Amino acid sequence: MSDLMKVSSNPHVRSKSTTASIMLTVVIALLPAAGFGIYNFGPKALLLILVTVASTVATEFAFEKICKKKVTIGDYSAVVTGLLLALNLPVSAPWWIGVVGGVFAILVVKMLFGGIGQNFMNPALGARCFLLISFTSIMTNFDCDAYTGATPLANLKSGESVNILDMVIGRTAGTIGETSMIAIVIGACILILFGIIDLRIPGTYIVTLAVFVTLFGGRGFDWPYISAHLSGGGLMLGAFFMATDYVTRPITKNGQYLYGVLLGVLTGIFRIFGPSAEGVSYAIIIGNLLVPLIEKITLPKAFGKGGEKA
Amino acid sequence: MSQIDEKEVKRENPVAERLINGIVKENPTFVLMLGMCPTLAVTTSAINGLGMGLTTMVVLALSNVFISLLRNIIPDKVRIPAFIVIIASFVTMVELLLQGFLPFLYDALGIYIPLIVVNCIILGRAEAYAYKNPVIPSLFDGIGMGLGFSVALTCIGAVRELLGAGEIFGIHVMPDSFVPVSIFIMAPGAFFVLATLTAIQNKVKIIGERKGKDMSKIQSGCNSDCMNCADTGCAKRLIDNKNETAGEEEKNNA
Repeated sequence: MSDLMKVSSNPHVRSKSTTASIMLTVVIALLPAAGFGIYNFGPKALLLILVTVASTVATEFAFEKICKKKVTIGDYSAVVTGLLLALNLPVSAPWWIGVVGGVFAILVVKMLFGGIGQNFMNPALGARCFLLISFTSIMTNFDCDAYTGATPLANLKSGESVNILDMVIGRTAGTIGETSMIAIVIGACILILFGIIDLRIPGTYIVTLAVFVTLFGGRGFDWPYISAHLSGGGLMLGAFFMATDYVTRPITKNGQYLYGVLLGVLTGIFRIFGPSAEGVSYAIIIGNLLVPLIEKITLPKAFGKGGEKA
Repeated sequence: MSQIDEKEVKRENPVAERLINGIVKENPTFVLMLGMCPTLAVTTSAINGLGMGLTTMVVLALSNVFISLLRNIIPDKVRIPAFIVIIASFVTMVELLLQGFLPFLYDALGIYIPLIVVNCIILGRAEAYAYKNPVIPSLFDGIGMGLGFSVALTCIGAVRELLGAGEIFGIHVMPDSFVPVSIFIMAPGAFFVLATLTAIQNKVKIIGERKGKDMSKIQSGCNSDCMNCADTGCAKRLIDNKNETAGEEEKNNA
């Protein structure tokens, strides 16, 4: 019998990519941002990244051992969570912040909801918001050896001028991984070239935020102001690495556009009308919560259904 | 149903049975999941939780007694308004007493004292127990449920206070290097702690059942007649079934 005669159920065409290969690509794509963070903020940033990644991986391993489940640390998803969380921490944070955040991200947001693929919210962002609410003063203290004072977005909000070139290169205060737009875009290009993500969500997200800032920012079409909003804060990191998380984004095409618009509008509202200068992480976790609804209203019609009424 | 229940209660010690039922078997917070509004809102500290629990217990016990006394007089059709009138009278009395003698607790609990009127534990016990049972068991049903509620709220309040402020009952217990996790004294912390404590008590109960102790959730009207019982979720029934099938298998093997 030839292979053609084999009877099997679909799917018949399989991709070679696995969870582990995709997650490893994401880790590699995050390395430029992490590397720039270490260069920018010194070895303490490296220590914080290592501690956070170690705590996420250890938590996943321990939980699965205790509950006698299959150990899934080999798929690198816990590494991605830990790395993303660490890039979202200010370098002045003590090491135990990384541990608390890592344990919360994996244990509460991911494992208690069923492990990889089941979490309703991005674990790294859930943990970041948990830390932000719990330890507000630590999480918003961006003073370190290299920089003192507020982040560019906070300066922008209080009406001071900012240096766009510094923001694009990343020579500013902020969390470890968010400062350098160039490093993040290099990582994003890796993801797009390998086909891990496409531009639907990040593209609509960034364009929507730009339009929102133009309309409601109070400065009209002021190019430096808009580009400062786009290159400042966690927008680039959030748009390319967190909003595109496979588990917590909508799976329908139109849903992804809608999701990007929603994130852009929410971020704009938080940044311009809210009390704090930044709002990317809250926008994305609120977006995560709305994903089931977005998927429901953008469900494509099955072939042959609907159409013109006779 | 009420007759069977009365017999059952008379056979056992009604006082102890009702108290244990309220605190462990049918704990209103951890098992029945009733009264979530005060549970989540006022348990920012152990003392607030204890205060809320005891206040509710007083109202619950008194309203249970009076509803039980009046159970043959209240017409069936207007029983809910009648319950509400009785409960609201006691809540008003308790509120005025708290305002007069424990003003710090009155300030801390705020709007949640008048809201005890619509606490579903109280209305639930009135409807499910006091309206069908004699006075003494109803009194102890109220006290048992109220104690269960107090224990649950104090536990939640203590954990939230410990993690969120490093204190228990206002006494500093954590080392100085401990940084308070302030999310625990905000609304999300209430959900985290409630869920975790509920999971822990379920785990403890399951372990207890495996050891053969009957810690199962027994409904108020349970007459131990598992054959004719519709409650498929009852843990006792599952264990009984297992024993029966095990016995049959042994017979077959023999």
